[in-house]
Amino acid sequence: MNNILNQIGIENYIFLSVLLFCIGVFGVLYRRNAIIVFMSIEIMLNAVNLLFVAFSTYHQDAEGQVFVFFSMAVAAAEVAVGLAILVSVYRNLGSIDIDNLKNLKG
Amino acid sequence: MSSILIIFYFLSAITLAAAFLTIYSKNPIHSAIYLVICFFSIAGHYLLFNAQFLAIVHIIVYSGAIMVLFLFTIMLMNLNKEDEVHKPRITRLGAIVVFIITSIVLITIFINSKTILGDYDVSGEDFQSIRKLGTVLLNEYMVPFEFASILLLVAMIGVVLLSKKEKTEQK
Amino acid sequence: METKLALVLLLSPFVGFLFNVFFGKKVSRVVSGVIGTLTVVVSFLLSICFFAQLNLNGKPFEISLFDWIQVSNFKLEFGILLDQLSLLWLLFVTGIGSLIHLYSISYMHDDENMHKFFAYLNLFVFFMITLVIGSNLLVMFIGWEGVGLCSYLLIGFWYKNQSYNDAAKKAFIMNRVGDLGFLIGMFILATMFSTLNYSELKHAVAAGDVNTALLGVAALCLFIGATGKSAQLPLYTWLPDAMAGPTPVSALIHAATMVTAGIFMITRMNFLFDLTPDVQNIIAIVGALTALVAASIGLLQNDIKKVLAYSTVSQLGLMFLALGLGAYTVAVFHVITHAFFKACLFLGSGSVIHGLHGEQDMRKMGGLRKAMPITFWTMMISTLAIAGIFPFAGFWSKDEILMVAFEHNKVLWIVASIASIMTAFYMFRLMYLTFFKEFRGTEEQKHHLHESPSLMTIPLVILAALALVGGAINLPGSMWLNHFMEPILSGEHETHHLGTQEFILMGIALVGAIIGIIWANAKYIKQAFVPKVDSEIVGFNKTIYNKYYVDEFYTFLIVKPINSLANFFRTTLEQALGKVVFSLGTVANGLATEGKKLQNGNIGLYLFAFVIGVCAIISYLFITHTAQ
Repeated sequence: MNNILNQIGIENYIFLSVLLFCIGVFGVLYRRNAIIVFMSIEIMLNAVNLLFVAFSTYHQDAEGQVFVFFSMAVAAAEVAVGLAILVSVYRNLGSIDIDNLKNLKG
Repeated sequence: MSSILIIFYFLSAITLAAAFLTIYSKNPIHSAIYLVICFFSIAGHYLLFNAQFLAIVHIIVYSGAIMVLFLFTIMLMNLNKEDEVHKPRITRLGAIVVFIITSIVLITIFINSKTILGDYDVSGEDFQSIRKLGTVLLNEYMVPFEFASILLLVAMIGVVLLSKKEKTEQK
Repeated sequence: METKLALVLLLSPFVGFLFNVFFGKKVSRVVSGVIGTLTVVVSFLLSICFFAQLNLNGKPFEISLFDWIQVSNFKLEFGILLDQLSLLWLLFVTGIGSLIHLYSISYMHDDENMHKFFAYLNLFVFFMITLVIGSNLLVMFIGWEGVGLCSYLLIGFWYKNQSYNDAAKKAFIMNRVGDLGFLIGMFILATMFSTLNYSELKHAVAAGDVNTALLGVAALCLFIGATGKSAQLPLYTWLPDAMAGPTPVSALIHAATMVTAGIFMITRMNFLFDLTPDVQNIIAIVGALTALVAASIGLLQNDIKKVLAYSTVSQLGLMFLALGLGAYTVAVFHVITHAFFKACLFLGSGSVIHGLHGEQDMRKMGGLRKAMPITFWTMMISTLAIAGIFPFAGFWSKDEILMVAFEHNKVLWIVASIASIMTAFYMFRLMYLTFFKEFRGTEEQKHHLHESPSLMTIPLVILAALALVGGAINLPGSMWLNHFMEPILSGEHETHHLGTQEFILMGIALVGAIIGIIWANAKYIKQAFVPKVDSEIVGFNKTIYNKYYVDEFYTFLIVKPINSLANFFRTTLEQALGKVVFSLGTVANGLATEGKKLQNGNIGLYLFAFVIGVCAIISYLFITHTAQ
């Protein structure tokens, strides 16, 4: 079968992935709500996964997709733990505004 | 323009728009919904690559589990109201600048590292069917596979511990 | 065996010092004094043994105790050399030292720090022995410095009086100035010859082909060291002030032993000085001038010890005159006789002061002849000796100096003769004012006048006897000292045949001394002249009485500038330096305060920095990677 990249070209995927990643970065720096920040981090992870799969097709190799597999597993674990921490913070401070977490000011 | 390219552009537009709207919308629930749409579009991208297994797993894990978790947490903290104060103006300006800088840096790097010209190679053999994926995963990447399972176990235990309510003194 | 004896000789006074330091307070005063005296007597007996042995076989005893310094080709050992010169010095240092220790037991018996006094005295004798028996210049320098230190300790012994402390400091500092000259001379010699050992230096210098200009500089520097130690112009002002110490100290250190160290050193290095006639000229001139100036100051002093101090400076000047004319044996002869009669004079004056319970002003003395006969007669004998009357010891030695001066330089002879006449005058002035006529002190003192105890008079008697017959060691007929010292002198020595010229010179000297005595007699006995009180002295007398204002000149020239420099450093420089140092701390503090603002706990800022950092690293790597 044909390599799909013959029709689309790897640069498009690079642009897409980079833009998605930068949107994620923008979201991390722009919003105060911790939940939105987490979501932005998920966006960044997805961008990277996309790029991995693109290059796996580029190299005709399965290893890129295996790495995506593990990346997803780690992302799932991280989201679980991160949300648990967030819930703890909410319970202690009453809000999830990240600008309120200033106790390490020194 | 081939139809695949059109499909690609369509899916990319949805992905980028959904991602942007995730960040931009004021209501966290809306953000979550937009993110689900974004994930679905990325699964579409995976299907374009003929990575079927990965697409299904992506939908199950991300849209099915992670986003559900997010929604639970949002509703737990009663965040459907939109009363968030914006960050200071300078910070927002800085975020935009960083966005532009980062995108320029990364694109420059990737484009300048391009070395191939001409056709992309087609090996003809199967490299991403679920059979092949399973073989590679359980033969070469056996140890990371097992470690991933331990990681998930630990994460589970950790989450349970973290979100336990502390016993208060009054009965 | 001999090594052990030599070590005992050297270390015996040091053992006395240690004993008095650690146990002196616990034992009674007499015991500490006796132990101190015994250690010096042991050294004296051992030096007699070595002297007898040297007379028998004529071989000096030289050993090296251990290798001290070894740097490239410069080697220095800690060695002992007991030859004719060092044994002569040892004999009279330890001998007179023992007598003075004996005297001090009685003189200091009511001082509560007597054990400390004996400790210091013993330490001094130890260092003096080190100075004398060293086999190279550096060991001598150890002793040199050590006796300077002990001089400081002993002058300022009654430390509760600030002016005594100042006198002690003055002595030490002036000695130090001289020591600088000594050190520079040593350095020059070490650089030129890579050795400081006497015998090696002697051979190296005689080997010829040496830079005589540099040698002259070295000799001059060594002479400056001798100037400081032996109180010649211009470093003599410490000696009269050093009379602030107890009288035994003045007798031991400032009459007989420490001040002769300079002469010892020059005699030791005679081969060096023989090669530099210019420096010898300087030595002779300085010596003669010192003799004249000091004698002139001594004419009008009223403190009994100050008169004797200026007399010491003057006699030392005569000795340096002899050294400068190349007559080393004559100088050594005068050193020995001078030690005898000057120690006797000082101890006698101590006896007088003790009898008058601390009175030192001669204007308040008088008529002590009947009350203190032994003191009177011993001091009379010593005064006759110092005035140069035949046949006392001083006559022979001073006469030889005048003879040598006459042969070399008539001007110096005239200067030395005038100094001798003045010596006779002021010594007899001292005697007349102290012992003759009527007592001018208070009634209470008059009732308590008595002769000193025997522990004080026995040394007086012994020393007076030596002053009487001491001339025998170098009478013109036998010349025993000349022959004895031949092996250590390199130049040709001159023998004096008793011709007509010599007799005439002797006669002139004798007549001059007698004129001085008659003049003193006329003024102080016939006219019954008593010196005026301080406030009434006017005119040229006042200048002489105030020591030609030399001390004030030194204060103006040296002390005041140094003081103002120190003040400047203290007030200005130290503040400035303090500010500079503190400003470093302030800067660090400021930087830290600014840097602290980076950690304000704001997660947004941290994330921001995170992203910027990653971008920076990636772009840096990218740029350096593509640049290759």
